[in-house]
Amino acid sequence: MSDILNTKLGRRTVIGAGLAGASMLAMPSVLRAQDKSLKVGVYGGYFKDSFDKNIFEDFTKATGIAVESIAEPTGEAWLVQLEQAARAGAAPADVSMMSQVAMLKGQATDLWAPLDSAKIPNSKNLIDRFVNKYPDGRIAGIGAVSWYITLVSNTDVFKEAPTSWAAMWEKDKEDKLGLLALVSNSFLLEVTAKTYLGGTNALDTDEGILKALEKLAELKPNVRLWYRDEAQFEQALKSGEIPMGQYYHDVTGLAAADGNPVRSTFPKEGGIQDSGCWALSRVSKKTEEAHTFIDYMCQPAIQATLSRKVGTSPTVKRDLLDLTAEEFAAVSSDIEPIIPRYDLYQTKSDFLNQKWTEMIAG
Amino acid sequence: MRREPPQRPADYGPLLFPAGMLTLFFVVPFATMIAVSFFQREQGGFYTPAFVFDNYARFLSLFFGRVLAFSLFLAVAVAVACVVIGVPFTYLLSRSKRNIQIVWLVALLSILSLSEVMIGFAWSTLFSRTAGLTNLFVWLGLMEQAQALTPSFGAVMTAMTYQALPYTVLVLYPALVRLDPTLTEAARTLGASPIRAFFTVVVPALRNTILATLIMVFIFALGCYLLPQLLGRPQHWTLSVLITDQAIYQSNMPFAAAMAVFLVLVSLALVGLALYTGRQKEAK
Repeated sequence: MSDILNTKLGRRTVIGAGLAGASMLAMPSVLRAQDKSLKVGVYGGYFKDSFDKNIFEDFTKATGIAVESIAEPTGEAWLVQLEQAARAGAAPADVSMMSQVAMLKGQATDLWAPLDSAKIPNSKNLIDRFVNKYPDGRIAGIGAVSWYITLVSNTDVFKEAPTSWAAMWEKDKEDKLGLLALVSNSFLLEVTAKTYLGGTNALDTDEGILKALEKLAELKPNVRLWYRDEAQFEQALKSGEIPMGQYYHDVTGLAAADGNPVRSTFPKEGGIQDSGCWALSRVSKKTEEAHTFIDYMCQPAIQATLSRKVGTSPTVKRDLLDLTAEEFAAVSSDIEPIIPRYDLYQTKSDFLNQKWTEMIAG
Repeated sequence: MRREPPQRPADYGPLLFPAGMLTLFFVVPFATMIAVSFFQREQGGFYTPAFVFDNYARFLSLFFGRVLAFSLFLAVAVAVACVVIGVPFTYLLSRSKRNIQIVWLVALLSILSLSEVMIGFAWSTLFSRTAGLTNLFVWLGLMEQAQALTPSFGAVMTAMTYQALPYTVLVLYPALVRLDPTLTEAARTLGASPIRAFFTVVVPALRNTILATLIMVFIFALGCYLLPQLLGRPQHWTLSVLITDQAIYQSNMPFAAAMAVFLVLVSLALVGLALYTGRQKEAK
């Protein structure tokens, strides 16, 4: 269990990204001698290992398509590499798991080959928001996995579970919170908008964004740690050093199952749901195989396996899944989630970043 | 041994290797960085080759000015702290027995094997409320209640000084070992106390070494970006932290490059100024 915990951290940390980058230089897994093959990029470390073990092998058995999995770094480094390779007519991976902001940036340069929904019949299983579309309606990507960032707390310090994100603003939380340090990975603007400004639509205008930032600035005295490194916060949360904050629902669940005094709460405004898409590079020649792969991944049974084995939240509709209530609660919630305003991180990223940095460091 | 000036072009041969390495690993990357700093940032995309000053213009603001000033102040403070601790320590070390010297030097060298990440996490544990040093003070009866010493400026300073001190000692050590012991003996015979002899004889004799050490630690501390993040509050984040944010998380290479170029220029100017003042003093 602790192994899962340690390696799991790697998938989103900078250190993890560095490691993935390094392992990318190493030899990719040896291709099995089969006619049909597909190169699939997934986040390096724990993610890639679980996919190799739990998913790709069965996929090859079912379809006869060999999968060569490629460890990709988190962040936007992989997007840059795909982009530059595509300009040179090469595809380091045919299908890659991409973050939502990376999907939008790739759309801007037409990096993603449009997908044909007729060849992905299982895509009808998906929750609508997990189908990533070009502005003209072509499908750019199909939801692969999702995960939640929730309000977490130490059960020794806070006997009662908080019920709302507003708990972070309360006076008794002074110097007790750990929050993500970047505007583009904390999604705290969305949280503030949903909690205090009536919804994330409030961020449509610059005035709305500034208003949310103003409300967020009130949090500053309560924040002990603005973290980039997850390991740092997780440790402090477990020991009660920093007893509350935002963190990943799945990892917190694993820590609690390990006997640590921590809990993850879906506030009444909803947890933050972030997700990754399968996207096909426009220079890939494996269009058929890619569609078969993506279709395979959209099956409810596979999504359930992912939830059980990898700890991700399913991208297909709840009623199609055979997950028990307990298994579902371990990775998700029925409360309507807060969906990040990915569009803003593309169109206004510099403005947001500047105002955010000034807000927390000023 | 008499050194002869090179006679034929072939005599310059041995220079080719270092020159090549310097070009390959310093001049080319640095030139690339300067070039990128003038490129056009494309929001929501990457960047396109161009020649614009936008990236520098964005940097010239009160906010970044303040961050730059803090970074320089922090680097100077760490350099001064290292020298203040390092000079007396190395002086005493160079006067102690050979065996003791070896043990100390090996211990100091072993600190160099620790990565910045490990140093940062170790100090954040030592400074924590739940498992930190203050628990020891409570046990000793020195304090009422355990408290967290991080995040704070003191925590950042402590860890950075800890990290840079081995370098300080290693630079100072050869100079102090070579320092003629008869100098201090003469001072003592003339009636100076050991402390007075240290400040009026040892320190002035080492002025250039101390200046060089200050500059080295200053540059070293200026590039530090992990410890301020791990142990400081956002107002203690250095310019290097913001450069990392731009480069890695915002994929805004042009702006990150512009900030880095600016940081290099400012630190070069400061080093130049220090060397110039040092030479002026010597000339007197």
